[in-house]
Amino acid sequence: MSLQPDQVRTVARLARLALREEDVPAYSRKLSSILDMVEQLNAAQTAGVTPLAHPLDVVQRLRPDEVTEGDQRDRFQSIAPQVENGLYLVPKVIE
Amino acid sequence: MHNQSLKQLAASLRERKFSSRELTQHYLDRIAKLDPKASGGINSFITVCESQALAQADAADARLAKGDAAPLLGIPLAQKDIFCTQGVKTSCGSKMLDNFIAPYDATAVQKLNAAGMPMLGKTNMDEFAMGSSNETSFYGPVKNPWDHGRVPGGSSGGSAAAVTAGLAPVATGTDTGGSIRQPAALCGISGIKPTYGRVSRYGMIAFASSLDQGGVFARSAEDCALVLQAMAGFDTRDSTSLDVPVPDYAADLGQSLKGQRIGLPKEYFADGLDPGVRAAIEEAVKVYESLGAQIREISLPNTQLAVPTYYVVAPAEASSNLARFDGVRYGHRCDSPKDLMDLYTRSRGEGFGSEVQRRIMVGTYVLSAGYYDAYYLKAQQVRRLIADDFKKAFDSVDLILGPTTTTPAFGLGEKFDDPVAMYLNDIYTISANLAGLPGMSIPAGFVGGLPVGLQLLGNHFQEAKLLAAAHQYQQATDWHIRRPEGY
Repeated sequence: MSLQPDQVRTVARLARLALREEDVPAYSRKLSSILDMVEQLNAAQTAGVTPLAHPLDVVQRLRPDEVTEGDQRDRFQSIAPQVENGLYLVPKVIE
Repeated sequence: MHNQSLKQLAASLRERKFSSRELTQHYLDRIAKLDPKASGGINSFITVCESQALAQADAADARLAKGDAAPLLGIPLAQKDIFCTQGVKTSCGSKMLDNFIAPYDATAVQKLNAAGMPMLGKTNMDEFAMGSSNETSFYGPVKNPWDHGRVPGGSSGGSAAAVTAGLAPVATGTDTGGSIRQPAALCGISGIKPTYGRVSRYGMIAFASSLDQGGVFARSAEDCALVLQAMAGFDTRDSTSLDVPVPDYAADLGQSLKGQRIGLPKEYFADGLDPGVRAAIEEAVKVYESLGAQIREISLPNTQLAVPTYYVVAPAEASSNLARFDGVRYGHRCDSPKDLMDLYTRSRGEGFGSEVQRRIMVGTYVLSAGYYDAYYLKAQQVRRLIADDFKKAFDSVDLILGPTTTTPAFGLGEKFDDPVAMYLNDIYTISANLAGLPGMSIPAGFVGGLPVGLQLLGNHFQEAKLLAAAHQYQQATDWHIRRPEGY
């Protein structure tokens, strides 16, 4: 399985990663080698096998619907790149 | 002081042979002398917390003076820089979080703070725990104290090297595919990854959430037992935390090996295993036999599929987990973004190193429409086959024993440019994460002056059995007390 440079650019866009154009060939080569290795899975007989998403047979725990966390906005926003009046600032998204 | 066991340190603190402040200062002095990259040190710490550690030591001394019986009180430790520590930079080895001062403590940190253990600092690691050599760290590689030209293993390379070099008596780590056991093996110390869910993941920066598990590095199984005791336990803030009582690990260390059935998976002794490592493990098997264990060969037939399975499951989970780094709420943000897309893509492109970007892209690809069934679903099915192999094996044995790695520590730069060669490092360790099993690596000899690691795997919740089997071996051998020259 090889991932062509164009596919690398598409995947990078989906993953929200800006790649430098000069790095694309190396990504193409290395991602292809990883996918080649992963191809070994095709040899496994998996008909009728239930996928395993979690290593232990446990069910999702539920907790009582109570407020347990207080307002910590100021604390969390103190490490944000840009905030104003309690809001996170980003470039304009709506004209 | 730095050659004593935790029990000896605890006794010395109580006998007033030295105070926690003196002990903590001793380690801080060693770090200042032996760690800085600029002066040729091993670069095992990203952040050293001198004043905070000494303040914690003073508080511990005050508790000791009052006769407080907490077993680890006053003994310092190092935290892997993946655990959030309130008010202290928590970088996860990444430029993305180089400016991140954690606003809260991870549960594991909170527990170890409450146990009265001063935190010496935060240890170096592969970026976002993605690596097996510590070379993907934004803060530069860590040197193996046994040979400065070699890697300490990864991803918890800084923690392993710091304990090996006597810069901390114990350190925390995390293990997603071998990140505690492999560096413990390459550095010649003891390391345990407990059952998935034993140690809370709250505040432990997520890589692959169904595989990540916190654990401990120390100089012996006994020391591991004491610290794991303090870290483990149910936590309502981690939705996958196990609500299962934690046994008294230290009390169980005396458990005899007589009659214990130990399985040697034939796939772990196949081609690709270094002959020197094989010989050391075979010697260790003889020791176990002499201690009364019954050795038998077993088979884990899907072993070869563990690495390919992992490199679908782990990147898939990573690509979702790392979506949170958006340049908006915390972490790195690019300069003057022209629109929102530019803000996301450049912040992430600049903030993540190339291995992390590769894994995010592999994950994005295998989860994308049209590929999901062929890759992700298939990998989850094979994951079940691998877990079933172990289920079957544990019907006939109590423990599984084998090498931790195929070779001793490799050279810095040797595998850095070949991701697949690097991934194959974890061939013996990855299955335990896929199956959620506890695993441990302990030193079992040397090849060409480099330590060899012996891996023990147990069934779910059987950490006590692992620790006891490791402790019994360490009573009969002295590999675990060997230290590299100059440390």
